[in-house]
Amino acid sequence: MFWIRVEGERENEEIVMTAVLEVHDLVTKFYTLEGIVHAVNGVSFSVNKGEILAVVGESGSGKSVTMKSLLGLISSPPGKIESGKAIFNGSNELGDLLEYSPQQLRDIRGGDIGYVFQDPGSTLNPIMTVGEQIAETILRHQVVSREEAYKKTLNLLEKVGIADPVTRYKNYPFQFSGGMRQRVMIAIAIACEPQMIIADEPTTALDVTIQAQIIDLFKKFQKELNIAVIWITHDLGVVAGIADRVLVMYGGRIMETAPVNKLYENPTHPYTIGLLGSLPRLNEDGYKRLVGIKGVPLDASKEIKHCPFAARCDYAFERCWNEIPKLAEIDPEHKVSCFYRVEKGGSQYDR
Amino acid sequence: MTDKQITGSSKAHRNGIEALSQKRNISERLRYIWKLLWNDKSGLIGLILFLIVVFAAVFAPMISTADPLDQNLKISKMPPAWHEGGSWEHPFGTDPLGRDLYSRVIYGSRVSLTVGFFGVLIAGGLGMIVGAIAGYFGGRVDDLVMGIINMILSLPYLLFVVFIAAVLGRSLLNIILIFGITDAPIFARVTRGEVLRIKELGYIESAVCAGARWPRIVFDHILPNLIGPLIVLSTFEMSAMIFYEAGLGFLGLSVPPSVPSWGNMLSDGRLYLQQHPWIATYAGLAIMFTSLGMNLLGDWLRDVLDPRRRRARK
Repeated sequence: MFWIRVEGERENEEIVMTAVLEVHDLVTKFYTLEGIVHAVNGVSFSVNKGEILAVVGESGSGKSVTMKSLLGLISSPPGKIESGKAIFNGSNELGDLLEYSPQQLRDIRGGDIGYVFQDPGSTLNPIMTVGEQIAETILRHQVVSREEAYKKTLNLLEKVGIADPVTRYKNYPFQFSGGMRQRVMIAIAIACEPQMIIADEPTTALDVTIQAQIIDLFKKFQKELNIAVIWITHDLGVVAGIADRVLVMYGGRIMETAPVNKLYENPTHPYTIGLLGSLPRLNEDGYKRLVGIKGVPLDASKEIKHCPFAARCDYAFERCWNEIPKLAEIDPEHKVSCFYRVEKGGSQYDR
Repeated sequence: MTDKQITGSSKAHRNGIEALSQKRNISERLRYIWKLLWNDKSGLIGLILFLIVVFAAVFAPMISTADPLDQNLKISKMPPAWHEGGSWEHPFGTDPLGRDLYSRVIYGSRVSLTVGFFGVLIAGGLGMIVGAIAGYFGGRVDDLVMGIINMILSLPYLLFVVFIAAVLGRSLLNIILIFGITDAPIFARVTRGEVLRIKELGYIESAVCAGARWPRIVFDHILPNLIGPLIVLSTFEMSAMIFYEAGLGFLGLSVPPSVPSWGNMLSDGRLYLQQHPWIATYAGLAIMFTSLGMNLLGDWLRDVLDPRRRRARK
C-alpha cells in the first residue's frame, strides 16, 4: 500500500489518503517514418482517492498520451512505452498497469478506470440506443442479468440528471443534445463504480452553462463515490473551479505540481506564470493586454538535452541549456522543475 | 439541463419519428413500415417489383399455364396472344421448340433469384468477415488478406468461369459458388474501407475504453454501422449477378440448357431476333424489371435502416 500523508485542506485536520495511481518515470515514444516522436519523457505523479487532479498544458504537451499509455490505448506500432511504472491500486490488487496483459487491461478499462472523452458528438454509437450502450458496459464488467443491468442503467440515467429514463433508455444518441450525451458518457464511466475516471477535456466541446453543469456532476460523483478524477484540460478557469491539485505539463514533462490554491497564489515555473498571465481576469479594471507566451510549442521530434521550456523562457540561463531540470520540492506539496527558481532561490520573477 | 430543454426535446421526440424498436406490437410496426414506404414511392415500386418476382418464383407451378419443358414443334415460334396468329393458351407465345414462353419466364425467376440471393449471401458473408478483420487488425493480417483479394481479382473472370464450368460441369450450385467466390473481394474491399474509417471514430475508442473485446467491437459496433453501404452494395451485386447469370446463360456457360432460365431464353431467341423478337424480349424485360426493383428497394432500405436518415427522410 502507498500511504501518503497530506494535510486535509477542507477540514483542517490531518487525514490519511491512499494513492489510487502512482506513475513513475513514464516514457512513451512514437517510431514514425519521419523519425522518433518523444511524446512523454519521464512523467511521475500520483492521484489520491477521491481527489481531482487537473493536468494542464498546451496541445502536444503529452497530456493525453500519458493517460492513454496507462490504459494501453497507444497503438503499437508506432507507439511504444519505453520505460516506467504505473502502480494502480484497483479493486482487486495492486499492480503495474504497464505490465498488465491485454485481458487484464480490458478488465480495468471501464471497470476500475472510466474514461470520458472530449467530443460527446462522436463518442456514442449512433445506431445503438443510449441505454444499451450503458447496459453493455455493465454486462461486460459485472455478473448481472439483463434485467438487473436494465434497472441499473435506469438508475444511472437518473443519477446523471436525465429526466424520464425509461423513455430515454430507448432513444438514439441523435435524439440527445451535446450536454446530455456527455452525461451519458459520464454514466458509462461510473457504471461499474470505478476507482478513477480519466476525463480528457470533457467540457471543451460544450457551451459554458453546460460546462458548469458537467463540472458539478463530476464533483458530485467524486464526493459521493469517492472516485479519483484525472481532468485533462487547457482551460485554467475550469481548473480553478474543480481541481484539488494541478499538474502542469510541457514537452512531455511535468513542469510544476501543486495544490490548486497554491498554484494560483504562487505560480513558480515561468511556464505556469505564462499560462496564468494569458488568462483574462474579471477582477481587473480597465483594459489590459493579455500576455501570450512567446515562441512556439516544443517540436517533439527532436530529442533535447536541456530544459524543454528554455527556448521560450525569459529567465533561461546557461544551466538551462545544458541540463534537464528535475522536479524539486519547494515545499512538501509544491514541486517545480526549474533551475532558475531552485538555484536563484527566493527571488521573485519580475514581469 | 434546464426544464425548457427537457420539454423541448421530448416534444420534438413526440413529433419526430420514434425508433422502430420502440413499437411494441406487430401491427404498430407494420403500420410504421407502411408509412415509411408510402412516403417514398420509389421504394414502394421497388418492393412491389421485387415481390412480384419472389411471388412468381415461389408459386411458379400454380401461376404458369403449361409445363416449361413441354415441347410441341407444331406450335413452334407462335407469336404472343395479342398478335395475329397468337392464342391465349400461350400468352407470350412459344419458342423454337414450341415451349410456352410465359411459363418459362415464370420458372426462370427461380434460377435468377437463387443465383442472386445465395451468390450475395456467400460473397457478402465471406467478404464482410474477411474485410472487417483485415480492416480492424491492419498490419500483416491486412497485407495477407488484401494479397489474396488482389489475386482473386486478377483472375480473368470469364476464363475462370469457363474453367470451373468445364471441370465441375454446368450446374446451379457451381454458378452460385463461382459468383460467391469471385464477388467476395468486392464486399471485402468495401467493408475494409468502411472499417478503416469507422474504427478511428470516437465511439469505437469509447467502446475500447469500456473494456470491450475485439469481436464485440467489430461485430456489434463496427459492422452494424456499415450495414447501409453493404445493403446498397448487396442489391447492386444481386442485380449484377442476375445480369451475369443471364450473360453466362447466353454464352451457354450457366445452368444446363434444359433448365428454363432467362439467360438461356435470351440465348434461344438470339437467332430469331429479326423475325420472332418475342422469344428473347420477355426474358429481357424480366431481367430489367427485376434489377430495377432491387435497386430501388436497396436505396429505400439504406434510408430506413439508418435512424439518422430515417429522420431526414420524413
